[in-house]
Amino acid sequence: MKVGLVVNPVAGVGGRVGLKGSDSPEVQQQAFALGAVARAGERAATALRELLARRPDAAILTAAGAMGEESARAAGLTPMVVYVPGEPTSAADTVAAARTLAPHVDLLLFAGGDGTARDILEAVGDSLPVLGIPTGVKMHSAVFAVNPRAAGEVAASSSSSSRLRDAEVVDRVDGTTQLFGHLRVPDIPTRVQQRKTGSSGITPDAVSGIAAELADLLTPGELLVLGPGTTTRAIAAAWGVDIPVLGVSVLADQTLVAADVSGDELLKLVTATPARIAVTPIGGQGFLLGRGNQQLTPEVLRRVGLDRLHVVATEAKIAALGGRPLLVDTGDDRLDAAFPRYLRVISGHRRTILYPLHSERH
Amino acid sequence: MSAPSPHTHVEPAEARIAPKPRLRRFHQARWDEPLIFELTSPGERGVGVPVPDLPVPDLPPGLRRAEAPALPEMSQPHVLRHYLRLSQENLGVDLNVDIGQGTCTMKYSPKINDAFVRDPRISELHPLQDESTVQGVLEILYRLEGLLKEISGMDRVSLQPGAGSSAIYANVTMIRAYHAARGEGDQRDEVITTQFSHPTNAAAPKTAGYKVITLMPDADGYPDIEALKAAVGPRTAALLITNPEDTGIFNPRIEEFVRIVHEAGGLCCYDQANANGILGITRARDAGFDLCHFNLHKTFSTPHACGGPAAGASAVTEALAPFLPRPTVEFDGSRYHLDDDRPESVGKIRPFYGVVSNLVRAYAWIMALGAEGLRDVAETAVLNNNYLIHKVLQIKGVSLPYAQGRRRIEQARYSWEQLNADTGIHSEQIGYRVSDFGTHYWTSHHPYLVPEPMTLEPTESYSQADLDEYAAILAEVAREAYEDPETVRTAPHNGPIHQMKGESLDDPGTWAVTWRAYQRKLA
Ligand SMILES: Cc1ncc(COP(=O)(O)O)c(C=O)c1O
Repeated sequence: MKVGLVVNPVAGVGGRVGLKGSDSPEVQQQAFALGAVARAGERAATALRELLARRPDAAILTAAGAMGEESARAAGLTPMVVYVPGEPTSAADTVAAARTLAPHVDLLLFAGGDGTARDILEAVGDSLPVLGIPTGVKMHSAVFAVNPRAAGEVAASSSSSSRLRDAEVVDRVDGTTQLFGHLRVPDIPTRVQQRKTGSSGITPDAVSGIAAELADLLTPGELLVLGPGTTTRAIAAAWGVDIPVLGVSVLADQTLVAADVSGDELLKLVTATPARIAVTPIGGQGFLLGRGNQQLTPEVLRRVGLDRLHVVATEAKIAALGGRPLLVDTGDDRLDAAFPRYLRVISGHRRTILYPLHSERH
Repeated sequence: MSAPSPHTHVEPAEARIAPKPRLRRFHQARWDEPLIFELTSPGERGVGVPVPDLPVPDLPPGLRRAEAPALPEMSQPHVLRHYLRLSQENLGVDLNVDIGQGTCTMKYSPKINDAFVRDPRISELHPLQDESTVQGVLEILYRLEGLLKEISGMDRVSLQPGAGSSAIYANVTMIRAYHAARGEGDQRDEVITTQFSHPTNAAAPKTAGYKVITLMPDADGYPDIEALKAAVGPRTAALLITNPEDTGIFNPRIEEFVRIVHEAGGLCCYDQANANGILGITRARDAGFDLCHFNLHKTFSTPHACGGPAAGASAVTEALAPFLPRPTVEFDGSRYHLDDDRPESVGKIRPFYGVVSNLVRAYAWIMALGAEGLRDVAETAVLNNNYLIHKVLQIKGVSLPYAQGRRRIEQARYSWEQLNADTGIHSEQIGYRVSDFGTHYWTSHHPYLVPEPMTLEPTESYSQADLDEYAAILAEVAREAYEDPETVRTAPHNGPIHQMKGESLDDPGTWAVTWRAYQRKLA
């Protein structure tokens, strides 16, 4: 079995410092200036380790340096390097590397986010099976495995006779989600992220009930950290506060304290003042933490405490998960393992849904 | 007159080979009928009351209206025509094969039972009559309680609730009173229910002030028992659960659910609104429950009443009996009487006796069937359902999610997910198109846990030919969805009105359920 690997080395650097993506060179520079660390290569190595444990015969073809070679070596492999990128690497390198690999491999793994998925789509279209290792900030496309380990597992269990399905490549552009096309992804449902469902059943009634429940929980002066999403945005709107859909915002006494905060800023705020956090799963995928809200770093979560982390979602949104468990991938295995098996999802005033949570460490 | 039996439709063996169902060329009446208030014609009267010969004394001013009531002025035939026309624009259990009203347990209400209710000995009773003059109806209520005790296995039954939801609410107030009496009222503030239980099991406790925790189904469609274990604790007041759930799936671990809740000190309340598939087969008490309720307008054939008074019954164990709504009907060996002196009672939930007309109908229905007849009802309903499942699953594009290889009890929740993926047609659109053939189904299954859902409940009242006809209609509409989707998408074509704008139904701002509200909203 021959597996291609393309790593976008800067994928995800924007997330932990509160930026909404990492696509442009300016954002990347800004992110590194803010102290971001690139983790895409490390996550790709995790996927390869899993693949190799199951398929020791797998041969890895990849691009030089940070675009794959380093990850393969970190996983204990000697890869065949078929492409040498420029310095610094760019989106054009992702496209060129994928094009070079495509005719020679059975499956193409790529590490990145929605922006990287768009580049892969441009490069290879539906010419071969593709699977994303989630390492970006935004991962609304349905082409990603639920986490790096699952990517390795899916890759190992796929063969030329595997069922494939068309998976949407979507990305946020100028505030709206756009569909760019489809990639062919191995059809192993629970291990691959489902497409984000647009409809979250955000009716005024449903959301005002959730807002009322949060209001009951909060004491005067206590901070409420709201994760990204249309549900949390609607909750803030129920109090007359306008917050961005994609960033992390902080409220107190139903007024805005800060919007678009970074992980470090957040840590300062929640260290100074008692706080609660409300997050909503990504519709249709079930990710609670680690996708699009990396500002909620393990340090922030620990400081606030998991018992003060509240999950909010309408009944319709939970129904749209189709029974798939909620997922956490904070980047800290010990923290992931500390989550309970079932979470009380606030679905209305005095109403909760007890819903299973999956962590690799359970 | 013969007893209503679930077997009345079974014909001799040679006649039982149903002819290939013929699809009806149905077309419903369209009358363009205005609202009755718009039909008013000043001065028109239903009854010409003669001018009295003697002078009528003036009413005291406090009893006099300042203005005449705003009622339509109409003759009797105009009123009659108006309502007959409306009825022609409707479908219902006495007109069509009504099995698409899944979860509602639509069955034949024997007309003989209406005759009993119209008998002056019932219809002319006044609720304020002295007890000594209403011994007969009290005896019927007392005996009906006895029958429902036997059917549920419980120790006492209240016939006061005016519907299923009313019975569930009564049960919740008894649960509250029970914990309060033991000094645990404040501590036990959580009620647990399941997603596929009827939504009243969440709404009633919430209305009563409880926090409600909902358990989702596991991969097989059963409520997640691990989630239950995570949910129970010292704050648990009760589990409210329907079984079989709205999917028609019977929870085989129900006794384990009860044990887990009891061990945490909570009570268990069984929603047996629809006991149609389990009559004479299993009982709430035998599964360990403390309370249950029945909808007499489902299982026991009384009319559903469309928002008017139906009838429910709350059944409880001895431990909860002190809290029953008052009054209860008691018998001292010679006289029946209403007992209002119940200090621990949750109070009155309806005036007087309950909805007597429906209680009489239910009593007559049970007595006509007898114990074996009730079991026949359940067995026939389950057989009908499994026959229909067999037929429906032969249709392209439909599936029966969850619990593969396990039988459904009295109803089944199907999914048109595949058909939708293939054709873009939604379940709701199929429901509209089905109405072009003189029947219907509804899709009140929110939230849509089962994608593109359809719930069919063929009770014991429907014959094999009825089921074949219904399945043939579904098959035809599914064929159209694949070959001529436009016809389905634009349905209904043969109904009195074309497509409705569904959004306005979700927006209270656009409703008007009374003429007065309509006038206000116009203004
Ligand atoms: C299982 C179940 N429980 C409770 C109810 C509520 O009964 P009602 O409509 O009489 O209030 C219903 C009826 O829809 C039901 O199907």
